Amino acid sequence: MSADTLTQLRTEVRAWMADHLRGRFEPLRYRGNAGDGDAFPELRKEWERELAAGRWTCPGWPEEHGGRGLSVAEQVVFQEEYGIAGGPGRMGHIGEGLMGPTLIAFGTQEQKDRFLPGIRAGTEYWCQGYSEPSAGSDLGNIRTRARQDPSTGDWHVSGQKVWTSLAHLSDWIFVLARCEEGSVGRNGLVFLLMPLDQPGVEVQPIRQIGGGAEFNSVFLDDAVAKPEHVVGKPGEGWKIAMALLGFERGISTLGQQMAFAQELDLICAIARENGASRSPAMRQRIAKAWVGLRAMRYLAMRVLSEDTSEEARRERLGYKYHWSNWHRDLGKLAMDVMGTEANLVGGDLRRERLQQLFLFSRADTIYGGTNEIQLNLIAEQGLGMPREPRGGLG
Amino acid sequence: MDLVFNDEQRFIREEARRFLADKSASERVRQTVNAGTGFDAGLWSAIAGELGWCAMAVPEAHDGLGLGKTELAILMEAAGERLAAVPLWSTICAGVPLLLAVASDEARQHYLPRIAAGEIAVAVAWGNAGAVDPLSATAVVAEATEAGYRLGGRVAQVIDLEAADVVLVPARLGEDLALFALERDAGHEVRRLETLDGTRQIGELTMRGLAVCAQSRLDGGAYTGRDVAGAVATAQLGLAAEQVGAARGVMDVTLAYVAERVQFGRTIASFQAVKHRCARLEVDLAEARALVYGAAATLEAGLGAETAREVSAARALASDLLFRASEEAIQLHGGVGFTWEYDPHLYFKRAQAACSLLGSPEDHLAVIAAGMFEEGAAA
Repeated sequence: MSADTLTQLRTEVRAWMADHLRGRFEPLRYRGNAGDGDAFPELRKEWERELAAGRWTCPGWPEEHGGRGLSVAEQVVFQEEYGIAGGPGRMGHIGEGLMGPTLIAFGTQEQKDRFLPGIRAGTEYWCQGYSEPSAGSDLGNIRTRARQDPSTGDWHVSGQKVWTSLAHLSDWIFVLARCEEGSVGRNGLVFLLMPLDQPGVEVQPIRQIGGGAEFNSVFLDDAVAKPEHVVGKPGEGWKIAMALLGFERGISTLGQQMAFAQELDLICAIARENGASRSPAMRQRIAKAWVGLRAMRYLAMRVLSEDTSEEARRERLGYKYHWSNWHRDLGKLAMDVMGTEANLVGGDLRRERLQQLFLFSRADTIYGGTNEIQLNLIAEQGLGMPREPRGGLG
Repeated sequence: MDLVFNDEQRFIREEARRFLADKSASERVRQTVNAGTGFDAGLWSAIAGELGWCAMAVPEAHDGLGLGKTELAILMEAAGERLAAVPLWSTICAGVPLLLAVASDEARQHYLPRIAAGEIAVAVAWGNAGAVDPLSATAVVAEATEAGYRLGGRVAQVIDLEAADVVLVPARLGEDLALFALERDAGHEVRRLETLDGTRQIGELTMRGLAVCAQSRLDGGAYTGRDVAGAVATAQLGLAAEQVGAARGVMDVTLAYVAERVQFGRTIASFQAVKHRCARLEVDLAEARALVYGAAATLEAGLGAETAREVSAARALASDLLFRASEEAIQLHGGVGFTWEYDPHLYFKRAQAACSLLGSPEDHLAVIAAGMFEEGAAA
């Protein structure tokens, strides 16, 4: 596609955001991102419907499923403009980015007809039921059980899911559960779609180090999934679960980088005001942050490309480690620039934002694969080094 | 901006790497180091002559191929990977861009086709090789004479001086700056210096009232006020690419060693402490490399304050990366990493030497910070 098309799209998104992210939506600017996920939930759902009315939800989906069929480059433009405008964290992210593409690839026609419209319209919200207390990095160790009732075909699910983002604000959860008695590891799993509003489901918020609660424990006690709500075949849950994670190609990371750039700008502004920008040591650290951000931008462009070279493969493996550690360091830099001011809470929105950055960025290097897991993957899959020995079964 | 190599770039890269893996293998580099010359003449004649790498940097108008900064970076990355002891950086990243920025049409036409043809290697006698702006100072003084000019002064460290057929010498001429070219028979004194990094030659250039003809002055009176920042940025970029390539080279040496070395009944590559350190270096390498090629693309598009900052960013990362990759190489090799026989020290010495050229990482970060705080916007 031509540079003109991209420029035109950029202008269109910019104008749309300027027209719509104002008035009652004004308070949402820059809010609701990771760490701030439970800010203004109802208003952010309304914002999702505003986006939907402008056809800006699911722009990367194929047109036959109600998307715009935007290319990667076009989606990048959308994400960048969304980020620049201060667009709030997307309540519909899990549905749009993970559930939808999975259903488009693996779902039945009935499942597509039933679920895609609600995701697109911003009327049904999804959360992800993968992790469990004993299955974090070791996801194969899932213990939640699903048994099918032979008379009704219903699946009865019991177990506990944890770190479920926004479960308390969602309508549906996709659950990875063990459906074959005695199976271990990646075998014998089923991928189920379940409504959260039912008697066997209890959602308990988990209070985080930042004080907020966007994660939850989800307790399943004989909760029910309908037989038509299995994605793929029972026993093939692992395949679906991994494919779903593969849809997260990181396009949203470019929008995320816009937020990172704004955080760095804010840190620079404070450094100018309080004189930290005159300290040679602090200047070096701030410059280093700028360097890392710029490198991240180019790295993301390479990671999102169709490049099939060995280098590109290794870069994709390393990208998460790079951005998450950079962002975590930025949190510490923000606090150091603020100095003793950073010890006080409340009363200053900028300070609050940077304190949240400091605290929540601690999660960046843990969720979606910890630093240690990322380094294993890079070493094993990228550099061909020997695999970690596995202890026992499961 | 497209950061994926096109077919031609991929081809250049593969061919360059294949060639150097064969012709600048460890044993060959060691011969150069042991000989103390810092220069592999046979390799250079193949690179400049048969392979025509210098032509890539020269515009088509001067009988070159007129390829861009990305191709330049590709060649330098390949050269760095094998520590190729040739004046490639001096010629195509320092010399050619300086000629293009400052030299008169006649001077360009005199030198560039010969460079493109691989007939001459070039060195630049930067006044201050250790500074982010190496042209910020010069100790060479020129004065006009009836027949031409007289040059006096000493440049303490000129990279590739002895290997070069032509040395470009910036000099002070009264209130002005001027650029001179000294060919081998010009009568200047060249003293080869013993170097820590045996893969790159350094010489001391001395001119004692050296009379040169009027044509030796290349800038046609136009150097003063001419923008040489683009030429310096190209030199920085080439050095960064070379450092990233060297980091790749030393990491591959390390990866090969830890995959072979067995302790406690298993290869040391299977220990997580070793894996994680290699993986972290790989992440840093990808970061520095992305920045090098991103900066190459922006530099190709034109030079602004932002571009200069990106090039400095690439240098800061590449210098740190190569040093850490080579110090980790010594550490992960264990005892043999400390020996002359194994390769890590070759890269380790290159790492330190390259880090000191055209500004340390701290210098580059200081430049970036100045841009952020004294010249306006941040990110």
